[in-house]
Amino acid sequence: MSTPAGTDLTATDAAELGRLLNTGEVSSTEITRAYLDRIAADDGELGAYLHVDPDAALARAAELDSSEGDLGALAGLPVALKDVVVTEGVPTTSGSRILEGWRPPYDATVAARLKAAGTVLLGKTNMDEFAMGSSTENSAYKVTRNPWDRDRIPGGSSGGSSAAVAGGLAPWAIGTDTGGSIRQPAAVTGLVGHKPTYGSVSRFGLIAFSSSLDQAGPMARTVLDAALLHEAIGGHDPLDSTSIPAPLPPLAECARRGAEGDLSGVRIGVVRELGGEGHAEGYEPGVLARFGEAVALLESLGAEIREVSCPAFDLALPAYYLIAPSEASSNLARFDGVRYGLRVGDDGSHDLDEVMALTREQGFGPEVKRRIILGTYALSSGYYEAYYGQAQKVRTLISRDFNAAFGIDDGNGVDVLISPTTPTVAFPIGSRTDDPIAMYAADLCTLPASLAGVPAISVPCGLSEGLPVGLQVMAPALADDRCYRVAAALEAAQDAARGHRFLDQLVRRAAGPEEPA
Amino acid sequence: MEFRPSMTTLSRNDVAHLARLARLAVTDEELDLYAGQLSAVLDAVAQVQKASVEDVPPTTHAVPMTNVVRPDVARPSLPRDVVLAGAPAAEDDRFRVPRILQEEA
Repeated sequence: MSTPAGTDLTATDAAELGRLLNTGEVSSTEITRAYLDRIAADDGELGAYLHVDPDAALARAAELDSSEGDLGALAGLPVALKDVVVTEGVPTTSGSRILEGWRPPYDATVAARLKAAGTVLLGKTNMDEFAMGSSTENSAYKVTRNPWDRDRIPGGSSGGSSAAVAGGLAPWAIGTDTGGSIRQPAAVTGLVGHKPTYGSVSRFGLIAFSSSLDQAGPMARTVLDAALLHEAIGGHDPLDSTSIPAPLPPLAECARRGAEGDLSGVRIGVVRELGGEGHAEGYEPGVLARFGEAVALLESLGAEIREVSCPAFDLALPAYYLIAPSEASSNLARFDGVRYGLRVGDDGSHDLDEVMALTREQGFGPEVKRRIILGTYALSSGYYEAYYGQAQKVRTLISRDFNAAFGIDDGNGVDVLISPTTPTVAFPIGSRTDDPIAMYAADLCTLPASLAGVPAISVPCGLSEGLPVGLQVMAPALADDRCYRVAAALEAAQDAARGHRFLDQLVRRAAGPEEPA
Repeated sequence: MEFRPSMTTLSRNDVAHLARLARLAVTDEELDLYAGQLSAVLDAVAQVQKASVEDVPPTTHAVPMTNVVRPDVARPSLPRDVVLAGAPAAEDDRFRVPRILQEEA
C-alpha cells in the first residue's frame, strides 16, 4: 500500500487528496475504498446515503487509475451527490416514495460535468422530500444524524450531503439550496457550503422544487475545496434557459488569496435585521457570541466593518413560504403516475383522475402535501394578489435592500454582507417535526439571499455548546469570488488561532477523549 | 392596497377543496391535521401584507432574461424504449393510462 503513513484519507480535504493523487502517492482506488469502508462501517447509524454501489464506484476508480489522459484537477476524486440530482442509470428519488426505484435515462448537467472531470460517484445522499425541509426528517426513507451529536439533525434539505462530508463518508458533496438547503446544513455540521448566484450553475436535471430559487452548489471541508468543486460544476449551460451566459470568476484563486489573510480595503456590512440589535429574538446567545467574535476577527484582518439595515429582510420568511410552495405546487404536478414513478389504484376500478389523486396521496409525504395545498391556495383566484402577488413585491423590496447595501446605484456601499447562517445550532431530532413554523424559522438568515438570487456562503465560526456555528457571507450577483475570499480569510485566521482545521475537532472527538494535559 | 385581516383560517372544507384541485386524495385524519397547521402557516405568511408595496413591481425571477435561445441544432431524443422503461405502465410503445372518460350511460 502506497498511502503515506499516518494519512487518514477520510479526514483529508479534497485539495490535498488531489495532490496525493497527482504525485502518485495514492490511487483513486485507495481513496474510494477508504470512503466505502467508512460508509460500510458508519452509515448504518449515520444514514447519510440513500444509494451506494461499491462495485460501480471501485470499477470507476480502477478505470481512472489506469487511464492515460489527464482529466484535470478533480480526476480520481470521489464525490457524493444529493439525491435531487438526476443520474443516468443510478436510482434517483429526491427523497420521495413517488420516485422509488426510478433510474433516470439521463444525467443532470452537474452530474455530467463531474463525470467529465473524472470524479468517482460514491453515492446519492439523503434529503428532505423534494428538498422541502430544514432537518432531513422529511425524507421518506430514513433519518440522517449529525456526526457532531447523533441525536441532532444534520440540517436540511441537503442533510445527507452534510452528514456524509462532516462524518468522513465523502470528501465533498453536491447540495442544492432553495431557501438555505446548502448553507444551513453546512453551518450545523461545521462545513463550508456555498449557494452560487442564481443562474450560474445549471439546473438541468435537478428535480425542480421552486424553479426561480433552486441552485446547486458545493459542500466541503474547506473554503478552497468548495471553490474547486464549484468551478467544476458552474458556468453557462444551453440546456437551462435561466443559465447566465457569463464565465465564473476565478473562485479557487480568490479562496487562496483570501487565505493569505489580508482584508484591508474590504467593506463588510453586518445586517442588523439578521440577529442584530432589536432583531435578536430567536437567536441563541452562543450563536451571536461566536458571530460577534468572528466580526472582530475580520476587523483585525483589515476589513472595514459597518452595520447595515435591510428592513425588508424581516419579511423574507413569509414571502419565501408563499413563493416556494406556489412554485412547488405547479412543479410537482408532473408527478401524476403516468410517465415515471409510482402509480396507485390502476386496477380498473378508478379513472385517471382518481389514479392521480391516489398516487399522489400515497407517494407524497406530509410536508410536501402541506406545501402543495398552501401553494394551490396562494395561487387560487381571489387570493393570488393578497398572497403570491404581494410576496413577489416583497421579493422586489428585498432585492432593493441588497442593491442599496451593495451600493449598486451609487457606489457607496459594502462589498459583502454578513450574518449568522442559522439562528440556532443543530436542534434535537424530532423537536420541530410537529411545528412547521418552528421548522421554517431555521431558514431565517438564508432566505434573503435566495429570494434576491445573490451568492452566499456559510463558513464555520466556532462552537456553541460543542456544536458548530456558521457565518454567512453574501455578495452581489456574479460576485461569488467575494464570498470565497472573505470566508477563506476567516477560515485561515481561525485555523491559525486554533492550530488545526475546524473539522479536526470532530475527528479528535471521535478518536476518544484526549488525555489530560 | 386592500388589507385583509391578518388572521386567516383554512377550514376542513377549504383544505378538502384545495386537495381536490391539487389531485391529492387526503384522508379525514389529514384534513384535521392540515387545517390546523395550514391556518397557522397562513397566519404567519400573511405578514407579507404588512409591506407597503405601492408602485413596487413584482419579481418573478432574480435574473430576468428574455428570448433565451440556443442554436437550432437537431439532437437525437431519448430512445422510446429507454423512456418507457421508467413508466408505471406501457403498451404498444406508449404510456398506458386508466380510462379518462366515463362510459356512456
